[in-house]
Amino acid sequence: MKTGADHALSTRASGTNPSPWRAPRLSWRFWPVFLRNLLVWRKLAIPSLVGNIAEPLMWLVAFGYGMGALVGKITVAGPDGPTAVPYILFLASGSVCMSAMQAASFEALYSAFSRMHVQKTWDGIMNAPVGLDDIVLAEMLWAAFKSLFTVTAILGVMLALNISHSPKLLVAWPILLGVGITFSCIALIFNALAQGYDFFTYYFTLFLTPMMFLSGVFFPLEQLPHAVHVVADWLPLSSAVQLVRPLFMDQWPQDALRHLAVLAAYAVVSFWIALALTRKRFRL
Amino acid sequence: MHPPPTPAPLLRASHLVKRYGDTEVVSDLSFEIAPGECLGVIGPNGAGKTTTIRMCLGLTTPDAGHIHGMGLQMPQDALAIKAQLGVVSQMDTLDPDFTCAENLLVYGRYFGLKDAEIRARTPDLLEFASLTSKAQARPGELSGGMKRRLSLARALVNDPRLLLLDEPTTGLDPQARHLMWERLQLLLQQGKSILLTTHFMDEAERLCDRLLVLDHGRKIAEGRPRDLIAQHLEPDVVEVYGVGALALQDSPLRALAARVEVSGETVFFYTANAAALLQALQAHPQLRTLHRPANLEDLFLKLTGRQIREEA
Repeated sequence: MKTGADHALSTRASGTNPSPWRAPRLSWRFWPVFLRNLLVWRKLAIPSLVGNIAEPLMWLVAFGYGMGALVGKITVAGPDGPTAVPYILFLASGSVCMSAMQAASFEALYSAFSRMHVQKTWDGIMNAPVGLDDIVLAEMLWAAFKSLFTVTAILGVMLALNISHSPKLLVAWPILLGVGITFSCIALIFNALAQGYDFFTYYFTLFLTPMMFLSGVFFPLEQLPHAVHVVADWLPLSSAVQLVRPLFMDQWPQDALRHLAVLAAYAVVSFWIALALTRKRFRL
Repeated sequence: MHPPPTPAPLLRASHLVKRYGDTEVVSDLSFEIAPGECLGVIGPNGAGKTTTIRMCLGLTTPDAGHIHGMGLQMPQDALAIKAQLGVVSQMDTLDPDFTCAENLLVYGRYFGLKDAEIRARTPDLLEFASLTSKAQARPGELSGGMKRRLSLARALVNDPRLLLLDEPTTGLDPQARHLMWERLQLLLQQGKSILLTTHFMDEAERLCDRLLVLDHGRKIAEGRPRDLIAQHLEPDVVEVYGVGALALQDSPLRALAARVEVSGETVFFYTANAAALLQALQAHPQLRTLHRPANLEDLFLKLTGRQIREEA
């Protein structure tokens, strides 16, 4: 029976669940979780790599060379005024950002969901001294790492095809890691909300696909009506493209700080939301 | 008979309360586990066993009450407490992509153990789980019993002082259960402590020093298995079944038993003196009778009722 002063005291002493929006508790304990995913992936790396880079490269070759022959050159605004570039270069610089986005999203949705919900891997890990916050951090960094790996392979093929040989591509590489991080964070929000894999179809078709068309991957943003352009300019993929494309052209991006800040803001806010929703899901 | 002074408990839960919405799934539950002890938690489905284990792991925050373990307190020291625990959950959470040996390696890393340290322990752990020949097999290739033993070996990777086992033998065949029991007894002999939830009364009777009977989130009995039986039940049970058995519950035979219960087609006579009853039953040769000492199952059913529950 819940009577007596003793019980009343303990009721007051313990209280209810802390807010899911409390500050993240992140630590080095994320590392063995990251290593776990790496070990699984090492076993499946080659087939997964083929899948990850074959599709974007097919798009690139078909559209870049096929459409490129029709389109000819495209004018891109730069620090030294408008520059005309081959369509294949225009498309390659945008599609590498798109690949970073898709690889990170795919891993942080389907694969993370398998580990979290289907295989109960997270539950097993939480029986050991690793907290949920560190697991979410590990999943986020893992998806970003995997996306970076895909992007690196695609960049390698682009170099081999001689699409760009700008030395500034070295700078594009860490930026693309940042793009992977941003999209992992966003995807983990939807992972936290998902009841099944079907849910992710909505995310891809209603969120990522429109963003692909509104972020200047396939055609310049200036083609869009002004109102759409203004909104599109603040999409994370737009910022990614506007950072990476000039580097392909051996130029420095304009408004680089603003675009980096946009990506960072999406990443931080999304990670926090993802963490809070995941804590709610696990009632922690 | 006074037991020797008990050492400080490894784990102490006091006045735990957990509500989900309006339902109180754990109500004012207190218990302790002494070093080297095996504490069994038994109760019907939905009694609050798993919720209690989750609270001990800091995976569910109690609405009231406290949990202390190894001199530390939940939930603020959850990770430090878990570093000294081994857990086998109800559902296996083995990594399907890894071999048995890799499962141990990866899990040991979560405890901050060095790879060399884990690899050195791996052969012993696999041998303990009778899985030496399966070191390179993946969980998908293992039987249910092997998977449970791999889960147990995984829970031992950090050499824990206390094991929390949530229904470790549910779904196993008799051979696999006996092997699991033997392993758990070995661990107890090595001085480890175990908190075990189970539906199997023979398992509870065989392994546990002390039992906690839960129902609707409340502790309804606690004590040594034999003491609980002696305290709550008549020593002998005569089960009678067969055509016409149910009519006996209202017959003069009833007076020969201290208590009579009916479950399905069987009448249970609880008595301190079975001789007179057995003699009287010889007048009913068409009925089948079974005379046996009262056991934990009788206790469990007396305390929690014979009715199948809707939530079960």
